[in-house]
Amino acid sequence: MQKDDVELPALGFAGTLRFIWSQLTSMRTALFLLLLLAVAAVPGSLFPQRPANPAVVTQYIKDNPTTGPWLDRFQLFDVYSSVWFSAIYLLLFISLIGCVVPRAIQHWKAMRSQPPRTPRRLSRLPEYGAMALPAGSQVTRDSAVADAARLLKRRGYRVDVRDGGTDRPSVGAERGFFKEVGNLVFHVSLIGVLISVAVGGLFGYRGQKIIVEGESFVNTLVSYDNFTPGSNFHEDRLAPYSMQLDKFEVEFDRESQTHYGQPLDFTATMTTKDSPDAEPEQQILKVNEPLSIGGTNVYLVGNGYAPVVTVRDGDGNVAYQGPVVSVPNDGAYTSTMVIKVPDAKPEQLGFVGFFLPTAVEGEDGVAVGSDPDPFNPRLYLNSYYGDLGLDEGDPKNVYVLDTSELTVLNDRKEEAGGIELGAYESAELPNGMGSITFDGLKRYVALDIDHDPGQGGALVFSTLALLGLGASLFIGRRRVWVRTGTHEDGRTMVEWGLLARGEDPRLEAESAALRKLFEKEWLAADNRPAKNDRDAVGVNES
Amino acid sequence: MPSIDETLGQYSELFILLAAMAFTVAFIAFCWDLATSSKTIRAVENRLAEERAAQKVPAAVGAGGAPAEAGSGQEVSFEMADESMDYGSERRNAARIGVAVSILATLILAAGVVSRGIAAHRVPWGNMYEFCTTGALVVALVYLVALVKKDLRFLGSFVIGLVVIMLCAAAIGFPTPVAHLVPALQSYWLIIHVSVAVIASALFTLTFAMSVLQLMQSGREARARAGQKDRLAFMRLAPSALTLENVAYRINAVAFVLWTFTLMAGAIWAEKAWGRYWGWDTKEVWTFVIWVVYAGYLHARATRGWTGTRAAWLSIVGYLCVIFNFTIVNVFFSGLHSYSGIQ
Repeated sequence: MQKDDVELPALGFAGTLRFIWSQLTSMRTALFLLLLLAVAAVPGSLFPQRPANPAVVTQYIKDNPTTGPWLDRFQLFDVYSSVWFSAIYLLLFISLIGCVVPRAIQHWKAMRSQPPRTPRRLSRLPEYGAMALPAGSQVTRDSAVADAARLLKRRGYRVDVRDGGTDRPSVGAERGFFKEVGNLVFHVSLIGVLISVAVGGLFGYRGQKIIVEGESFVNTLVSYDNFTPGSNFHEDRLAPYSMQLDKFEVEFDRESQTHYGQPLDFTATMTTKDSPDAEPEQQILKVNEPLSIGGTNVYLVGNGYAPVVTVRDGDGNVAYQGPVVSVPNDGAYTSTMVIKVPDAKPEQLGFVGFFLPTAVEGEDGVAVGSDPDPFNPRLYLNSYYGDLGLDEGDPKNVYVLDTSELTVLNDRKEEAGGIELGAYESAELPNGMGSITFDGLKRYVALDIDHDPGQGGALVFSTLALLGLGASLFIGRRRVWVRTGTHEDGRTMVEWGLLARGEDPRLEAESAALRKLFEKEWLAADNRPAKNDRDAVGVNES
Repeated sequence: MPSIDETLGQYSELFILLAAMAFTVAFIAFCWDLATSSKTIRAVENRLAEERAAQKVPAAVGAGGAPAEAGSGQEVSFEMADESMDYGSERRNAARIGVAVSILATLILAAGVVSRGIAAHRVPWGNMYEFCTTGALVVALVYLVALVKKDLRFLGSFVIGLVVIMLCAAAIGFPTPVAHLVPALQSYWLIIHVSVAVIASALFTLTFAMSVLQLMQSGREARARAGQKDRLAFMRLAPSALTLENVAYRINAVAFVLWTFTLMAGAIWAEKAWGRYWGWDTKEVWTFVIWVVYAGYLHARATRGWTGTRAAWLSIVGYLCVIFNFTIVNVFFSGLHSYSGIQ
């Protein structure tokens, strides 16, 4: 290689910028960035992602103490908000703008200019046709050009008749400007989608709330179990609506042999109020059928059982009474539950265990859930006493009880055994620490409450993108030139050539269609009325 | 909810098994066709060349070198199907059997898919088994419809082979008895979103087969230019690499628009069901990856140095992503789309 001989010309600062800009906006770079984007999106499906599942990420890092922190350092748990992923798509969008703007200007000019001049030799074009009109026909070279112009115009071409009055008049025609318009609309719409997503991220919010049957929810910040505000969110944007879960009905498949117990329907009946003094209104909430209220949408994303328990403490007072939300783990609603009783005296009490809606004895004597409906509801709990650690003020997961600092009261391994409660049964805790009663059973719904001001824009822009894409791929942009002349023997000679701009598989068919049109116009026996028609339009001379 | 007709469901499974067997027969016939008809054509060509040479020898006494030139010329330019891909006059019995059995198999498969839908009182695409069987039906139908206009029988062993794989995957990999849909899938968006996804995937299947053939044909063309021996003689039934590329591009363009629609309809449905139109769920990630890869493919066709072989590779990678998205992501990745029906 003779690398040393190559002397790079000095570009200067502006020149370098221009060079970088032209590199960035080149098709090759766009293609490279596109493929890079595809590759960069993949890790997000391989590793747990924080926005979707923060708890799983924490667990993953705990389970992989060596690789976990490194993966985290490279933002592999936040792929879609990571520096590198953002860099790729921002570069891609800059490249896109740099590509679209000049093309739009160029196309604007092209749309306002006449079709290009007629090539000297039409027979060199990809599609070419010619025909001769008998000497006796009424069609002259000028009227044939006018006819061709009219026919092409009717077919959606923009036409321009040139060289009229000379011995080789011709017409230039072009159609399919919407191909490029569609292309530009598609790319601009993608920018629109990106902006809409950003608007949603800035001004939207999303929260989760669990509501037990009979309980209600008021749309204020403190009422949410979990709340993710957009970066520009203000608390006063929350509409002051409220809703109550009147009842929640579930239907399981009782007919199928193979899918017995599979859920068929979840229906929540809600009473909603748009504001504290509005009329209450009953509404139905189902999966796939969200409720719309106060600028938010409310979605039914989960459900489960909330056993109602009463816990009495060592002093004999009721320390807790009410439903406890249990978390289902499988199709039979085998649910884990945690009861924290910080008000119990003299010692705080904690319970950890299972709730089974239909408990049956398994092979090894351990109870297992066999049905999602409550045919034999039972609680299986361990109990503990000690400091639950709730007084320190830092937030604790209500579904997890850290038992490392607590003393065991009930456990299968202890002398006292584990607590097993059927409906309406009670159990005394050892050492006179209190008692627990299984009083009843309620269902609960898990709701997602979502406000996304960007989603309307995203829908509009993606629809525009789809239409633009269709236009850019399926409209054929093509040019046609028709030239006529008079042969020495008096015949009128017509020739035409077609040129596609970009991909156009139908160019050949178009040429054939033109031939058919011309034959019908000039060679058919009954071409006289068409001629009168032409005279009436008055395009004979142009 | 009307109850499931389990007897009809079992008949449906039987139909689908029968269809798989019939497609296997068609597949063998198409392979037989590739093996034999290239051989026959070559034999016919050789005989014609000999006859021509024999006739020419007395007439061309003055120019004795001419037949030898023609002979050497035939060695370096390999035969290929016509660009128009219209039906020729030669009789290809094995291919005819392949097409006839494919039609029969498609009818049986259609009976299986439709009866499953009737048995379940819903559209038959609610789990992996049903995506596979319905997808195979759409692939076979698209292929047979295309056969009416163009002689695409050279694709038969590839396309019908893929159909057989899909049906085997359904029957062996994802067997699921007919059942009601879980609440998350009870939406008219299932009909729109999934049906368009299946059609787009069927088209991608066709273009995948074409892109593989394109690579083989362009390798063959390169060997022809280098004057080497033709190692893929059956490829004489396929048109030139450029023709394959152009046809694949046209089909990919349609499939890309449909895939864009799949993505959008999926987003609208996600908004209805989960409260957000895009959440980078694993399935969404891979749908996006596929979209970007095929977008790259469309751009590659307009980039100098990226047409031809590179574009074909992108089309193949895109299809591998489709397969990955359908199998690995559905079965092994956890996400909101985990309704493969496999326990």
